Amino acid sequence: MSEPVYTPEEMMVVAAARRLDEDDVVFIGIGLPSKAANLARRTHARHLSMIYESGTLDTAPTVLPLSIGDPELSRTAKAVVSVFEMFNCWLQGGWIRTGFLSAAQIDRFGNLNSTVIGDYGSPRVRLPGAGGAPEIAAFCSRTFILLRQSRRSLVEKLDFVTSVGFLEGERSRDGLDVPGRGPQAVITDLGLLEPHPESREFVLTAVHPGVSVEAAVEATGWPLQVADSVGETTPPTTGELEVLRSLKPSETSDIGDKVSSHYEGGSE
Amino acid sequence: MTEFLDLTEAIRTHLKPGNVVAAEGFTHLIPHAAGLEIIRQEIRHLTLVRMTPDIIYDQLVGMGCADKLVFSWGGNPGVGSLYRLRDACEQGIPHALELEEHAHAAMANAYTAGAAGMPFAIFKGYRGTSYPDVNPHIRFLDCPFTGQKVTAVPAIRPDVAIIHAQRADREGNVWLRGIVGVQKEAVLASARSIVTVEEVVDRVDETKGGTVIPRWAVSAVCHVPLGAFPSYAEGYYGRSNAFYLRWGEVSRDYDRFCEWMDRFVIGTRDFGHYLLALKQHGYV
Repeated sequence: MSEPVYTPEEMMVVAAARRLDEDDVVFIGIGLPSKAANLARRTHARHLSMIYESGTLDTAPTVLPLSIGDPELSRTAKAVVSVFEMFNCWLQGGWIRTGFLSAAQIDRFGNLNSTVIGDYGSPRVRLPGAGGAPEIAAFCSRTFILLRQSRRSLVEKLDFVTSVGFLEGERSRDGLDVPGRGPQAVITDLGLLEPHPESREFVLTAVHPGVSVEAAVEATGWPLQVADSVGETTPPTTGELEVLRSLKPSETSDIGDKVSSHYEGGSE
Repeated sequence: MTEFLDLTEAIRTHLKPGNVVAAEGFTHLIPHAAGLEIIRQEIRHLTLVRMTPDIIYDQLVGMGCADKLVFSWGGNPGVGSLYRLRDACEQGIPHALELEEHAHAAMANAYTAGAAGMPFAIFKGYRGTSYPDVNPHIRFLDCPFTGQKVTAVPAIRPDVAIIHAQRADREGNVWLRGIVGVQKEAVLASARSIVTVEEVVDRVDETKGGTVIPRWAVSAVCHVPLGAFPSYAEGYYGRSNAFYLRWGEVSRDYDRFCEWMDRFVIGTRDFGHYLLALKQHGYV
């Protein structure tokens, strides 16, 4: 049987999905994390509870939502709570095990920037900002970080810390009084980085099939440490790819007829 | 007590230049019709408060109505950038915009503190981040009982809250269902409130689920069907993902944005005519 053909992004999503446990409780954003969680729930993690920050608890979308507040999410949720309850009672209260994060920049200790590139007061690029990220990073028991690997994204020094990883490394996160254990893996399109148990610096521990260690080091803006034995990720199976490719985006709604019935001829 | 007004009248009566305005709705039930009416009436020097500025504040910022923005996530959900917000921050177009930037948890807490009549909110956010360095409204205190360090942000107390809901009854009680965000807290935190609704019915209550905001907390109710478009109203119509995608093209260039706003917003007398014009040009 021939090996399935797949894209680097599909490899990334599949690697992220495999990290979720059968009965995980996961806080997810839109994009790759949402794809990964939806893939996991349709493959090995049938009892996965998915939570989106709009307040939708244990939701089961049949399509991939375009936004965190997609109608599909509230329609299929066990419960919909206010944003206050979501962040204070569920997230800060310690009821969510796993969080996915992404960002424009990451440093060697897994701190993330999604706020500005350049100076905060006069930014070169104004990014969307925090959303739920600072509290996901602090209060989920563990987080996984998904981003594409390049010298622009894996940087020596962040322009801004939007959410904290291992701060300055070693035990420095412990001084922050945040209950979560911090980022457990960075999954990129080239491979996998995991924190060193002492220094908490992210180290290359695996590469995806066809990617060299040198390429991963080259695509990193700090001198990337490489584990003594670097593994190779198991490629996506035909089954995983089939499910992933069957995930369709939520459709747009057309209000054209309603515009006619409410407003045509109705207003003078 | 609640007054039933048309939207033009409600905005004219309750919104003044320089006001602090919170038009809320977390992806769902965003009061877009009201935002466009503020633009038509050219009300300026506003402090705009909203967790996710979305298209509604991208338009207000781009049209020069805002002096200051208080927010916690400024992207086009599922699409990318809000270009009018970016241009204001990166290049001061059409003029400089003061930012007070937060995370979602802080804003949800600050609204709740405002609703509860508290001067500030406490929670445990922002640890290890750069936000306290750039926002003087983020402070840390010690718990008087345990000594534990907690984070404090001031309450949000807008002059005016604006929300969209599915229904109001004839007395002005308001009913909403689905993702409820921070709308109830925003209304209760504000001195005045305007609620646009899909439908006016004889009676609303919570026996079939949903949330009721009783009439004495609501200043004005306006009947504006489809008033959340291109966002959505659960049970009435879905989200126009296509319009959110197209907004990326329409808003990317300032001149094209101005042309579009002139044609569809300034050039139409109310939300109904705006929707009809959008329909005529294939946007809906």
